[in-house]
Amino acid sequence: MTSRFLVRKLLRLLLTLWAAVTLVFVVLRLSGDPIVALVPADLPDAILEQYRERLGLTGSILEQYGAYLSGVLRGDFGYSFRTAGPAWDVVASRVPATLLLGGAAMALAILVGIPAGIAAAHWHNRAGDRVIMTGAVFGYAMPNFFFGILLILLFTLNLQWLPSGGMGGFSHLIMPTLTLGLASAGAFARFTRSSLLEVLGAGYMRTARAKGLSLRRQMLVHALRGALVPLTTLLGFTIGALIAGAVVTETVFAWPGVGRLLVVSVSERDLAVVQLIVILAAATMAFANLAVDLAYGWLDPRIGQERRSQRAGP
Amino acid sequence: MSRRRSLGRTVALVVLALVVGVALFGDFLTAYPYDQSNLLARNEPPVFLGGSWDHPLGTDRLGRDMVARLVVAIRISIGIAAVGTLISMMIGTSLGLLAARRGKAADDAVMGLVDLQAALPFIIIALAILAFFGRSLTIFIMLIGLYGWEVYARQVRGAALAARNQPYIEAARAVGVTTGTIYRRHILPNISNIIIVQATLNFPQAILLETGLSFLGLGIQPPLTSLGQLLGEGRDSLASSWWVAVIPGTVIFLTTLAVSLLGDALRDRLDPTLRR
Repeated sequence: MTSRFLVRKLLRLLLTLWAAVTLVFVVLRLSGDPIVALVPADLPDAILEQYRERLGLTGSILEQYGAYLSGVLRGDFGYSFRTAGPAWDVVASRVPATLLLGGAAMALAILVGIPAGIAAAHWHNRAGDRVIMTGAVFGYAMPNFFFGILLILLFTLNLQWLPSGGMGGFSHLIMPTLTLGLASAGAFARFTRSSLLEVLGAGYMRTARAKGLSLRRQMLVHALRGALVPLTTLLGFTIGALIAGAVVTETVFAWPGVGRLLVVSVSERDLAVVQLIVILAAATMAFANLAVDLAYGWLDPRIGQERRSQRAGP
Repeated sequence: MSRRRSLGRTVALVVLALVVGVALFGDFLTAYPYDQSNLLARNEPPVFLGGSWDHPLGTDRLGRDMVARLVVAIRISIGIAAVGTLISMMIGTSLGLLAARRGKAADDAVMGLVDLQAALPFIIIALAILAFFGRSLTIFIMLIGLYGWEVYARQVRGAALAARNQPYIEAARAVGVTTGTIYRRHILPNISNIIIVQATLNFPQAILLETGLSFLGLGIQPPLTSLGQLLGEGRDSLASSWWVAVIPGTVIFLTTLAVSLLGDALRDRLDPTLRR
């Protein structure tokens, strides 16, 4: 991997972040005079002016944009209405819960999805394959919010085994993790299956079979290695969409994470908080993409060197 | 094609026909208006749980007839998803053709927008717009219509660029057909399969987006209802009347499942590169 490759990717990351930050600014200004949305109605004009100054809404639009950008760079994202504290503190306090749920769900998705995909590819077009793929299609069509409610009906109201929501011990984590994790498990299973099916016919797989390697070694070491690049893409996308994925599930189970905070802030129009979460979501996505790009070069040396060999070629 | 698969597709077709039929003509199914509450008939169970035929699917906690609410909810959800799919198809196709046709500057501008759209999960963009602009039916429909446009744009652009080098386009150009007519009469019909296939993928996702946002209380607002709004209301009364949530949830699940299966079938037929 060349350092030029890295520099280009880092520049791209910065550009994406700048675009997201600017988009938020533009959309907020497009929606009308933000002061109307940002402060309670019926304020006397004098107080309104004070608010304008405090929120950086004085001067020309370019001056406002400059003030906004420098604020973002200093980590100043404005104040939440609901708590009157800095938006940053409000959002930061919710991050650990989202990371915990997202991590648990990701682990479940990988532990269920990849073995299921391997099994389906192994039994290609036989009963086992069809059962697994039917499960994956059902998982795709089943909305998170309905699956979560079905779990609550079964485990909380009927069997009374698990709490319906909130955060606490391990028992609180089970249903949200199942809801979020099984949805991605279907995608992991489909990706694993299709990329394995592609490599199973490759020459090196015939060699592995001819060498008399055990089926487990053939699948896990030789075939899966070839399927790692598409799986990394999916993994990166799932990590990048961490906040987006958590919105519905966190709301269903009253899980105190960033996704739930976003829904509450949208319905109460706590714009500073919404703004910060949007920027955070864009940053998550951009860093996940960068990590995926770096992982490609490591997983498949051909990708990083493509450019160099092209230049060296005849 | 295996018999099992074609059976699955027949069932999916029947489900979808039922859902669309109810959306269009469902008013005959009940005498009650969807928003009429009756405090003397609250939380009545459906017929299959021992309720009466007076309210075949029971009532909610305000005593509103579930059949009537379901008919309106299906109509709104399917209608918004259909309109949204059409809008995003038109936006995406126009921009994709524009990028293919109008030279480098237009191409860069459109593809830059596509990249920007792909830099954020759509639900985040949707929530931000709802927060900044407030909630209204018009904004909500426009949002659903924005969903997925970038996929059409990317695919239409690619297909149009590929089609441009085909001999039939050269032939058309040689006999003096103008560029506009070539795109409209020759290229567009030839790439319409790609657009239709993309629409079958977009439609179930539009249903899930609409029902998801409405479930969160940020989409369709009461007194109007949609499948997601109904499910969201039902969630608050799970302990006393679980059917209020489970019935619309099942309809959402079966509809998206049916559309996905039929989309697969259509793709097998329309996309020659997938044919094995």
